[in-house]
Amino acid sequence: MRLVLVGTSHHHAPVELRERVALDREHSAQLSSQLGEAVCLSTCNRTELYVVADDAEEAERRAVAALAELEPQVEPALYRLRDQAAALHLFRVAAGLDSLVPGEGEILGQVRAAYEAGTPGFLLDRVFRQALHAGRKVRSQTAIGESPASVSSAAAALAEQVFGDLDGCRIMLIGVGKVGDQAARSLRTRGAEIVLTANSKTDRVQLEEELARVDVVVSSTSSRGYVLEAETVERARHGRQLLFIDLAVPRDLDPAIHELDGCYLYDIDDLEAIVSETLAGRRSEATRAEAIVATEAEKFHAWHASLDVVPAIASLRAHAEEIREAELRKAEGVLGRLDDTQRRAVESMTSQIVNKLLHLPTVRMKQAAVSADGVIYAEAVRHLFGLGEDER
Amino acid sequence: MAEFLFWPALLLYGEAAVGYFGDARRPGVAGRAATWGVRLGWLVQTALLGVQAAREDGFPWGTWAGSLNLFVWLVVGAYLIWGCRGAYRLLGLVVMPLAAALLIVARAGGGTAIGTRSHYSNLFLVLHVGLVLVAFAGFTLAAALSALYLWQERRLKRRAPTILRRPAPSLATLDRVAARTAAFSLPPLTLGIAVGIEQLVQRGDRVDAIVVATFVTWAVWVAYLVLRLTGWSGRRAAYVALAGFVLVILVRLAFPVTHFA
Repeated sequence: MRLVLVGTSHHHAPVELRERVALDREHSAQLSSQLGEAVCLSTCNRTELYVVADDAEEAERRAVAALAELEPQVEPALYRLRDQAAALHLFRVAAGLDSLVPGEGEILGQVRAAYEAGTPGFLLDRVFRQALHAGRKVRSQTAIGESPASVSSAAAALAEQVFGDLDGCRIMLIGVGKVGDQAARSLRTRGAEIVLTANSKTDRVQLEEELARVDVVVSSTSSRGYVLEAETVERARHGRQLLFIDLAVPRDLDPAIHELDGCYLYDIDDLEAIVSETLAGRRSEATRAEAIVATEAEKFHAWHASLDVVPAIASLRAHAEEIREAELRKAEGVLGRLDDTQRRAVESMTSQIVNKLLHLPTVRMKQAAVSADGVIYAEAVRHLFGLGEDER
Repeated sequence: MAEFLFWPALLLYGEAAVGYFGDARRPGVAGRAATWGVRLGWLVQTALLGVQAAREDGFPWGTWAGSLNLFVWLVVGAYLIWGCRGAYRLLGLVVMPLAAALLIVARAGGGTAIGTRSHYSNLFLVLHVGLVLVAFAGFTLAAALSALYLWQERRLKRRAPTILRRPAPSLATLDRVAARTAAFSLPPLTLGIAVGIEQLVQRGDRVDAIVVATFVTWAVWVAYLVLRLTGWSGRRAAYVALAGFVLVILVRLAFPVTHFA
């Protein structure tokens, strides 16, 4: 049984090409069943087909053809991996190590969804389960996914550093820029509510009144001057803590606000510096994550390789059991005089002799299977014990 | 036996202090090892106190050094309530070096050995020393939370780019928990002082420096809570809590020899 991967990702293809081979859940399920034992993983950053077959060449050809049917130009941007390399790639994908932003959290759910929509047999079942396990392990044992990776999520994380739980936290949104909108959305998903959407022309008196009711101000207008001055904030603050997020260039909020007691003002440069630092942190955590993924891939490799020797081990054990039963039948005359307890003792003793004799060869064959010697060992066992010769 | 238990407790507290330092630099294994150090160290110190209690026919922590030993145990025990949570691990940076240092001082004063029984009655000692120490342990924790507040606030004011790489509890949480801890600690201190005054009057003893300092400490923590009710919070409240803690340490270390004599 061979594992074959054919796919393309943000490393190999621009978005214009990726979007033409992107598949929704329904199409993924259809394509998987067309390919036999297969799983189709399609996200905004990648489309990958994992196929299991006895003939790797044929499986690869069919997978390439399936993707080329969606978009003929994708063929030069396709990568093709097999067995151990394909499994390692999937483990890295599930751990977020192959993502545009290292450690991003969505990919694990997407891998699970792809696995559920696919048509996995026992090999794909094993590799996907182990990939999901590796992904969870990386997230629980490293800090790769803990810090925000965008300006908008950094703004929300800063608000949590000041106010803790954002449930019930009130936001004033000044201006309707794209980044400001994203920041407000990010705050809202964590429980905050927008109580006022204003713009640079909103009356200053109204702004001051509303300022007394809010906890976070997100500003992103195209105003040439300051929309809020430190004096206004000082009058409206009433001893409360306030967080100001200024995403505009030129800046909307008077920098002197940051000097006020209990007021924290972050502009776009501050947020970008934080994001850049957290991304650096994610990259350094990625080294630890790679080690975890490599260990999991090694475990899978050992299991996969043992499949080569499993038939030989099974034949050897069946052969030994046949001999044991035949010898017991031969000795039926003698054994017939034994009572039930004595007879069970003889059967147990002969089983134990067989098991003990075969234990070490079984272990050694499984160990050899991890290296390239597995097949040679299996052949040697078949030859030495004459396994399968009766069938010839 | 007490000697046998003292060293592992000290070593584990020391390991926790170093571990929390390592965790602040690179979060992960060091932090987990430190938390286990606190847990195991506290259990070993509990056993130490148990041995002391079993060997003495009465309350064995009536001396200043003995009470310091009990104080460390209470502080670490109170810290364990929060310290096991990831976000509060940083609190260990303040609490554990202090606990290890105070345990050494307690040992130097003979507070971790057997045979340190006071001439006061057991009931009085349990009420007076016990209540005051419970309160002081609470104030120590409130001060540690306030110190963490000031550190976190400084990071936000400096706009440190690393602020989200090592998130701490939010300012609002630290402020609220510090106040709550102080509020829970004030009644035991008030009761402990009342019991002490009653004994003072009965025995006709003189008011010494530690009594005065304890009153001042009580007054500072009352002021802290009253000011909070009038709207004080954040940085200013944290400074008042730290001032209260300085008095706690002064009461614990500077004057006690004369008071316990």
